[in-house]
Amino acid sequence: MKTTIANDKAIPAAVGEEEKKAIARSVNHHRLVIFLRIALAAGTLVGWELAVKFGLIDPFFFSQPSAIYDQLAIWLTEGTAQGPLWKELLVTMEETTLGFLIGSVMGIFFGVALGRNKLASDVFSIYIKVANAIPRVVLGSIFIIIFGLGMGSKVALAVVMVFFVVFGNAFQGVREADKNLIANAYILGANKRQVTFSVVFPSAMTWILASLHVSFGFALVGAVVGEFLGARHGIGLLIATAQGAFNAAGVFAAMIVLAVVALAAEYLLTAIENKLLKWRPAQFVEQGM
Amino acid sequence: MKILESDQIMTKVAIELTNVSKKFISPAGQVTLALRDFSLTVNEGDFCAIVGPTGCGKSTTLGMITGLSPPSTGNVKVFGKPVTGIHPDIGFVFQADAVFPWKNVIDNVAIGPQFRGMDSRSAHDKAGEWVRRVGLAGFEYHYPHQLSGGMRKRVALAQTFINEPKILLMDEPFSALDVQTRALMQEELLTLWSEKKASVVFVTHDIEEAIALADRVVVLSKGPGSVKSSYEINLTRPRHVSEARYTEAFIHLSKQIWSDLKDEVQI
Repeated sequence: MKTTIANDKAIPAAVGEEEKKAIARSVNHHRLVIFLRIALAAGTLVGWELAVKFGLIDPFFFSQPSAIYDQLAIWLTEGTAQGPLWKELLVTMEETTLGFLIGSVMGIFFGVALGRNKLASDVFSIYIKVANAIPRVVLGSIFIIIFGLGMGSKVALAVVMVFFVVFGNAFQGVREADKNLIANAYILGANKRQVTFSVVFPSAMTWILASLHVSFGFALVGAVVGEFLGARHGIGLLIATAQGAFNAAGVFAAMIVLAVVALAAEYLLTAIENKLLKWRPAQFVEQGM
Repeated sequence: MKILESDQIMTKVAIELTNVSKKFISPAGQVTLALRDFSLTVNEGDFCAIVGPTGCGKSTTLGMITGLSPPSTGNVKVFGKPVTGIHPDIGFVFQADAVFPWKNVIDNVAIGPQFRGMDSRSAHDKAGEWVRRVGLAGFEYHYPHQLSGGMRKRVALAQTFINEPKILLMDEPFSALDVQTRALMQEELLTLWSEKKASVVFVTHDIEEAIALADRVVVLSKGPGSVKSSYEINLTRPRHVSEARYTEAFIHLSKQIWSDLKDEVQI
């Protein structure tokens, strides 16, 4: 008995010290990572700029950081050829968000519906495979013919891009729902509809949310490609215009704008995911992000 | 013994399986016979344990009583009526974790009454009481992954008992727990059961667990299973699982059942 008491007292002190060391180690590691990240970005930009200066890279094709910065500054202060930058961005964002929302709602709806109905899924699965095999970007041309140069064609393309990803994941998620949980719900008194909404849908949620990360990027691709193919406004048109004028800096600047938007959306989606999936055990992946 | 038998005639039959067989047929046409000519009668308020070697169809019997997997031949009756779907008076405790991981403890317990049409508020009131009853007060808003295996089992018990089942089916519910927790949960189960005296069919591979809990232990032969022997357990109630284990009668029964089962488990 005495030894255990002695141990009980000894352990917290030892753990405290060990914990402090572990915390210090992880803080140091974190700092090092941040430093190296910044150093890598700065190194790349400076290297690029210097390489242009010493004639190693032709700025006509590859531009240079200072030119890209100037281009961005001009767009921000004076606006683009089509109008203010934020208006162009707003158009693209509107197309992306609409496409993303419509596509994911449709994907979730059909994924869950087909996942719960064996006959329907057996009948439709072949056609969905066929539709999925078509490179969906080519549909953009059709959509422009149908919906014209306005927002409709871009939204339609974004919807098609998003739908299949979300559908596939929702369907799989429904199929992977734990049979024990479903049986348990039935025995506890649930009817089929209650099982769908309170067991199958929540367990498919993990899969669905994972697909939403990827599919926001796809929605953005759909919107921008749609604008490439023909539009009056949007970042895609900005890129197409810059390309037509052999303005490499313009293409890069538009790319940066899109990257910032995509990152912000990713951050938002992660926050929503963490909120919705707070029942999941903590995962040790934050370090890698 | 005579008196006991006449007593049984007086009491009502809760579950009745007559000459049931169960075949599982794979899409490739392969037939597996899980149960053959299996008959079992459980009276109201009886605690019946089924022991048998792995794969003898112990769990299959439970599936047939719930109606989730009907027998290939034979009759299953619950309270005198043939089973056509899930009987609302049945509760089922699974071997694996079957609590909903995305719901916290109190929501998990409240879901049964909610499925059955009770409004959320009264369901939660009732659930709160059951959460306390199984000793999880203070853990109402924890998620299952934040609890230990034994605590999750308590949630599962509360989830089942809140519906006040008249028939309780348990499929090796404690087999995944460590020995100490298992003993505690067995005590817990007996306490909960003794209040309402539901009819229980308790499937297990653990002979001592079967004797400690049940009024009757049915031994199944190896697959395709059928009843090999049946033992009345006349240990006094209320029982204390941890103490009953060391009595003469317990050890004697345990030896008898093991000698029956031994021939079936040899590979």
